[in-house]
Amino acid sequence: MRPETEAELAHMIADATGPLRIVGGGTRSFGAGAGEALSTAGLSGVTLYEPGALTLVVRAGTPLAEVEDVLAAEGQRLAFEPMDHRSLLGTSGAPTIGGMVAANVSGPRRIAVGACRDFLLGVRFVDGMGRVLKNGGRVMKNVTGYDLTRLMAGSYGTLGVISEVSLKVLPIPRACLTLALDGLDDARAVAALSRALGSPYEVSGAAHLAAGHKHTMIRLEGFDASVAYRAEQMRALLAEFGDWQLEEDCTVWQEIRDVTALQGGGDVWRVSARPTDGPMLAARATGADVVYDWGGGLIWLRVPVGTDVRAALGDFAGHATLVRAAPEVKARLGMFHPATPPVAAIEAGLRARFDPRGILNPGLMTPREGAA
Amino acid sequence: MEMPVPDAAIISGKDRIVARLVAALPPGTVISDPAETLAYECDGLAAYSCAPLAVILPRTTAEVSAALKICHEMSVPVVPRGAGTSLAGGATPTADCVILGIARMTEVLEVDLDSRIIRVETGRTNLAVTGAVEEHGFFYAPDPSSQLACAIAGNIAMNSGGAHCLKYGVTTNNLLGVTMVMMDGTVTEIGGAYLDAGGLDLLALICGSEGQLGVVTEATLRILPKPEGARPVLIGYDSNEVAGACVSDIIKAGVLPVAIEFMDRPCIRATEAFANAGYPDCEALLIVEVEGSPAEIDEQFAIILEIARRHDPVELRQSASPEESARIWLGRKSAFGAMGQMGDYMCLDGTIPVSQLPFVLRRIGELSDEFGLKVGNVFHAGDGNMHPLILYDANAPGQLELCEAMGAEILKLCVEVGGCLTGEHGVGIEKRDLMTYQYAPEDLEIQMAVKDVFDPGWLLNPAKVFPLGASAARRVAAE
Repeated sequence: MRPETEAELAHMIADATGPLRIVGGGTRSFGAGAGEALSTAGLSGVTLYEPGALTLVVRAGTPLAEVEDVLAAEGQRLAFEPMDHRSLLGTSGAPTIGGMVAANVSGPRRIAVGACRDFLLGVRFVDGMGRVLKNGGRVMKNVTGYDLTRLMAGSYGTLGVISEVSLKVLPIPRACLTLALDGLDDARAVAALSRALGSPYEVSGAAHLAAGHKHTMIRLEGFDASVAYRAEQMRALLAEFGDWQLEEDCTVWQEIRDVTALQGGGDVWRVSARPTDGPMLAARATGADVVYDWGGGLIWLRVPVGTDVRAALGDFAGHATLVRAAPEVKARLGMFHPATPPVAAIEAGLRARFDPRGILNPGLMTPREGAA
Repeated sequence: MEMPVPDAAIISGKDRIVARLVAALPPGTVISDPAETLAYECDGLAAYSCAPLAVILPRTTAEVSAALKICHEMSVPVVPRGAGTSLAGGATPTADCVILGIARMTEVLEVDLDSRIIRVETGRTNLAVTGAVEEHGFFYAPDPSSQLACAIAGNIAMNSGGAHCLKYGVTTNNLLGVTMVMMDGTVTEIGGAYLDAGGLDLLALICGSEGQLGVVTEATLRILPKPEGARPVLIGYDSNEVAGACVSDIIKAGVLPVAIEFMDRPCIRATEAFANAGYPDCEALLIVEVEGSPAEIDEQFAIILEIARRHDPVELRQSASPEESARIWLGRKSAFGAMGQMGDYMCLDGTIPVSQLPFVLRRIGELSDEFGLKVGNVFHAGDGNMHPLILYDANAPGQLELCEAMGAEILKLCVEVGGCLTGEHGVGIEKRDLMTYQYAPEDLEIQMAVKDVFDPGWLLNPAKVFPLGASAARRVAAE
């Protein structure tokens, strides 16, 4: 199924008699199972762009690359730096806006500016009964009614099929510098990143590649003189950790964003935790290849196929998502972290309201019941 | 403003309800003497008041849970209350409700500077959250103008903003986790000291749900390192159009000011008469504040001033010292007080696309003439969050109704140009019946279905947010 309009999308869902598998560009196929494919590719195009108001309204099937080109022509961008999953998951195709929002995909700059959901101003979607619904709008501040807009971000198509979104965009800074240092162990690296993020110098990236050279990186962005000033201040602030090198090439952050260090074989887990817990948690996943982002609060782990990382991590504040694994491993371990009974009950209740027939990406986010 | 007819059975059962609450809670937790419950008869929307049946002031999450469980069993509506500063009537009681006030829960539970989080009980005031970390060079970013008094619980309920949210975002962007008590007494944790809570984004639903989904007793909040410094520049223009264009150009240029404030002529004149801040007598005045080291501020000022000059300002004044900064901010910070000197006022907070600023200001001027009520505009221009202050005389018969009618017209105008009814104050009872201008029946239906999930009996703050007509069936069914 490939609707060309929102109205067609609504009819198709209303008339559906079985499960539907929602597909954007197909680059983030996290393992949605059975069901007829419903592609949003026909719902494409920028419907409104006001650079002076930093707002963009775009249909869900629009390729991300197209949007980035439109924004770049005005010196703007999606500041939350959405990850491109293709290298990590070994997928092909073109990522779409709808897929990005549905999975709430953000990148290293999330620590400074917020996640995809924080830039989402409004959303139009079709729920599991074929009802066309809207929430939010296209203004920066909006507390009119419940925030279903952010609820849709990260709902992986299980509450509705997004047809159009409004996003806040930001100007591309004129300058970027990366401070880099090799050789820190995980705990020292995260300590350095914490110090950097606790400084007034506005860090927009804080990552550590634990494998190989043990490469720690801090990104600064803004106006030229300001970035140069902050880089010098930062080098002084972090001098006890080593002699940080200044790199003008910031393309390395694309590799952090896309976690290219972990492409290839093995299962990949994404752990969200308290930043200072990062090294301790990574150590529990014995032998894993580790990439830290978000100052230590986002931990990417590559482990041997079939490893139950949640069991290895034990009880901790945060959650672990199985991002890359064979279908049978995902079926056994579950992609998403189990929820507490009250939260699982709320989530099940929401699904029952938004998709009473349970036909939208069934099973993708569930079951989450069971654990504490 | 219409309120539902109170449930006579609940009112007549007051003694029984109070007795059960008193038996379950520590001494001094339940207030039922009418002389004392009167103190809770209204919030910041003081035009509407009604003493509640009783007031509960718990000290722990367990007490909140016990209280809610009893109210749930006895089908008593509960209106949660933070500090009672809502401008929208979010904490306005009904005669058959129990007020659940969180004001006694003010402890800091944890500060983790390395992970940049603080966990607090939600009765703590907004400013006291910053107060707990500022000696270490950190602050909590959302800064509603009531921040000295308002509680984090209310900030979460209303998803509060503030003058600096252009750069730092509003409450939802800074809230990482909550401990929430559901209406049936269930205590649940959502999110925590990490940047993305797992599963569906329930934090987003809870933040801004106006106390209708649960009572948040503890919150994990992001704290940020304080900038090295901040200084404003003041820019005056002879037309709102030009000022609006200047705002747009500044934003486009890549400068990210922490605040862009806008005052129109009626507001400037009122402020000058009141605070004598030395503002020029012009049509539109902008205050743009940027942050950083002295050199970084100068670098941003250079860009802003170049843009400002292109638009031919009548006044251009950049601050070079804390004294000059204070003087530039003096008028802005006195604006509400200055307007208050001129009479009673109603403060709206509709938000519009920045590109519509000149048109909307012109229309508000026309409406002011039509209704015969004076309006001053002072607002957050960077994000289009308007604050028209409509002056009226509360003692003159019919004036409040006239003022509300004019306010409704302004809010409809905000929606018509692509904006919304409320940017940071919330719907409460004030904008409840205007929701149909922004949302179609099915859009409201799905929101009410969300409440069904959290609070099937519609006992939590039931008469708020949704038009009474739209929520009637659910509220009646719950009785």
